[in-house]
Amino acid sequence: MRFAVIVFPGSNGDIDCYKAVEDAIGQPVDYVWHTATDLSDYDAILIPGGFSYGDYLRCGAIARFAPVMDAVRRAADEGKFVLGICNGFQVLTEARLLPGALIRNRTLKFICQLADIKVENNRTPFTLDYEEGEILRIPIAHGEGCYYCDEAKLARLKAENRIVFRYVHENPNGSIDDIAGICNERGNVLGLMPHPERAVHKWLGSDDGRRMFTSMLRAYEARRREVTV
Amino acid sequence: MTRRTAAAEPTAEQIAEHKIYRQMGLSDDEYALICRLLGRKPNYTETGVFSVMWSEHCAYKNSKPVLKKFPVSGPRVLVGPGEGAGVVDIGDGMGVCFKIESHNHPSAIEPYQGAATGVGGILRDIFSMGARPVALLNSLRFGTLDSPRARYLFENVVAGIAGYGNCVGIPTVGGEIMFDPSYEGNPLVNVMCVGLIDHRLIQKGRAEGVGNAVFYVGPATGRDGIHGATFASGELTAESESQRPAVQVGDPFMEKLVMEACLELIESGIVVGIQDMGAAGLTCSSSEMASKAGNGMELNLDLVPQREPDMTPYEMMLSESQERMLFVVRPEHEEQAKAIFTKWGVPCVKVGRVTDDGRLKLFHRGELAADIPVAALVDNCPVYRRTPKVPEYYAKNAGVDTARYPEVTDLAGALEKVLASPTVASKEWVYRQYDHTIRTETAVPPGSDAAVVTIRGTRKAVAMTLDGNGRYVYLDPEIGGRIAVAEAARNVVCSGAEPLAVTDNLNFGNPEKPEMFWQLERAAEGIADACRRLGTPVIGGNVSLYNESEAGPIHPTPVIGMVGLVRDVDHITTQPFKREGDVVILLGETKAELGGSEFQFVIHGVTEGRPPQIDLDQEKTLQDALLEAIRSGWIASAHDLSEGGLAVALAECCITGGLGAEVALETDLRPDIALFSESQSRVILSVRPEHAEEVLRHFRAKGVPAAGIGTVKGTNLAVRINGNLAIDVPVERLTRVWKDAIPCRMR
Repeated sequence: MRFAVIVFPGSNGDIDCYKAVEDAIGQPVDYVWHTATDLSDYDAILIPGGFSYGDYLRCGAIARFAPVMDAVRRAADEGKFVLGICNGFQVLTEARLLPGALIRNRTLKFICQLADIKVENNRTPFTLDYEEGEILRIPIAHGEGCYYCDEAKLARLKAENRIVFRYVHENPNGSIDDIAGICNERGNVLGLMPHPERAVHKWLGSDDGRRMFTSMLRAYEARRREVTV
Repeated sequence: MTRRTAAAEPTAEQIAEHKIYRQMGLSDDEYALICRLLGRKPNYTETGVFSVMWSEHCAYKNSKPVLKKFPVSGPRVLVGPGEGAGVVDIGDGMGVCFKIESHNHPSAIEPYQGAATGVGGILRDIFSMGARPVALLNSLRFGTLDSPRARYLFENVVAGIAGYGNCVGIPTVGGEIMFDPSYEGNPLVNVMCVGLIDHRLIQKGRAEGVGNAVFYVGPATGRDGIHGATFASGELTAESESQRPAVQVGDPFMEKLVMEACLELIESGIVVGIQDMGAAGLTCSSSEMASKAGNGMELNLDLVPQREPDMTPYEMMLSESQERMLFVVRPEHEEQAKAIFTKWGVPCVKVGRVTDDGRLKLFHRGELAADIPVAALVDNCPVYRRTPKVPEYYAKNAGVDTARYPEVTDLAGALEKVLASPTVASKEWVYRQYDHTIRTETAVPPGSDAAVVTIRGTRKAVAMTLDGNGRYVYLDPEIGGRIAVAEAARNVVCSGAEPLAVTDNLNFGNPEKPEMFWQLERAAEGIADACRRLGTPVIGGNVSLYNESEAGPIHPTPVIGMVGLVRDVDHITTQPFKREGDVVILLGETKAELGGSEFQFVIHGVTEGRPPQIDLDQEKTLQDALLEAIRSGWIASAHDLSEGGLAVALAECCITGGLGAEVALETDLRPDIALFSESQSRVILSVRPEHAEEVLRHFRAKGVPAAGIGTVKGTNLAVRINGNLAIDVPVERLTRVWKDAIPCRMR
């Protein structure tokens, strides 16, 4: 299974995504520059955290126009796995691959800490190896992670079981309905503010993020078996 | 500074006649020397260039004799003072590159940008050496949080550090903050960066090779930061507010791009020399690079990217616009270099060449705008040997007996008061705003004795800390200097690392005042002593003098950045108690030493007397024995005793571990003194009960006082002194007091 880590100018979680793929599942992974237009070699696309293009405008507002984003859209259409983490989540909402928007934390301050998040849906390719209702400890590190969408969209997200993760115990940023991560209709595009790639070793404070990568690998292999059969 | 067009600039004659050079910080004697060196009167641009290069900030003209005291060499030192940053060897062809720098004056005027650009500057110092930055730390001082001004500065300095560091993507993993009225008018903002480097990539900022191309990298030069170095070399006054234009504005996104591009350029192997444009911008980088290679440099200022029209040579040379670098490559590599910067979208322009005449020549609109011997700028600045004088307060303090303070009997109440003091209280409010988990190498995040960052692909890790207690240094600079180094080393050892080397930031008052110079000189003596005894040379640093406002000078505050090597990640040790039933051991000896303590400040409202004594031999013995014990795998937790003494250290081990402890002390001291004295060379350990005897024997055999004082147990911190229950408080309550103190004051 081949992973692409998209690198925009200003991405800084790219290295962590790359290392997490190596450490958690040992699969091939490449950095792919924002100017690339072809992602056909890849089975999964990771859009990392950071401050794409400085994020001086709305976070992700410029990145959505990057040449690589057309290829990301195609990959999503083809059913490949697209995972946007933190700034990657912001980019996916700006690109309209996911609904809603991420606005400034309620405290108006950047927050870096371990957050408790609950797995609400373990039937996505990203969460197969988690139990439904399981509580994970995953680091967050963001200034604009407060998820917002209108009532209708929220109702739809709920009805379609697309709220994949919710904050529990404490909602650190003021997200509507405690949302920490959501997926698209098909379930192959996931965006979340917490950083699973920073939780892949016990000594980092948690290794609860590893299973997001093992899930993707398992989902990919299951799908490939289906195709071969 | 008022803006002038080139045409409106004063002539060389007018500068001399109206002593305009004085406004730029040059003395009459210095100006006369410049005239002699040039053989004529300098024009406006030249006067400006001299004034920044001869400022304290760039030339160390007051501090050089003092800095000479420091030991700077050792078997591990690969690069010592004089380059952008020092480098120490950690084996396997790798080195650690680190440095500290201050941004005190800019932060006093414009806290967000002042602090942010401090981070930017120190990052460039590290990556211009060829090192990949892996961690940031900061050491901050403010007035007490009762003051709205101090709260404003604190809030915005922290936001500025966060805003810049988080965006560049380098974790801010540690630091320290103290609050004291002496910093009310003049806060301290010191930032340290640590990088990892392959020995083969170590850069020297040298403009070698006559005819080689000189490239300017980064955003256009603007009128911001003009005379920043000069501004940093004077006292803060009521007019300082008007010098806000001397504070630069940072662009961390650009910094990230410049960093990646420069590291790629360095890895390509084509760089002859590279240096960042920090203080004194283009002036300092060009003249220093030429000077180190014994060459000259010609710059065509028309080619320098300019943010605004009609910038004069004076403005371009003195601007401190951020995120800029200067590098030299051979002519055949020009295109390759440009291609790298194009890929990263970073402006990169050839602006000049290396010459053989030893002169800095600046051309502007077809005219020679400045022509100065490089050596005159870099080497000929006069060095002042100031005269020290023992201040009156020092003699007066000899008569203070802190053991005669009225006894405090509500010891639990005193503990809560000290825990709630912002200097001691949890700094979570601060480090929660810093991304400390990015790069996924942070094994020990902020909040422990030292931060630890692992090195991918190895079993090694780097421990790092910042320490410096201005109150001790104020009360006795020499002892305070020693303690700063000893405590930094102790913190590094407590985390399981061997201390390697030091970077220092000397924050002092106006050295032209004999009492201030006495503080500087004595403190440097103490630092030098401790560095020698502990085997940790000073590989670079920074000097920030003139830290005085209308309210007076700051407490003299040398800040010590210490880096250590963890040989094996299994040795990494932290402060929280780990398990019920573990035995609590106190290393070292407690004496009646309340001078300069947090208890003295919080409870008695004064800072007086003499600071704790320190015996460097004893300190070294303790640290060696402790590191050996940690490496043997006996130690579950280790925590250095510092501000707040034994009581606070015990509380912190309990709070961070979420466990209680039952402690029994036998002592001849008065209970309040025994609990809150800040005697040095002490550490609290916890060990499994089956190891306790062996551990105690180990330390005693080495000559380190060691006593089993209790057990990790229950949900309360309970301390008996000579059989009497002195403190018995739920850890949960202490946690609340400790954690809420800063957020409550900032609300």
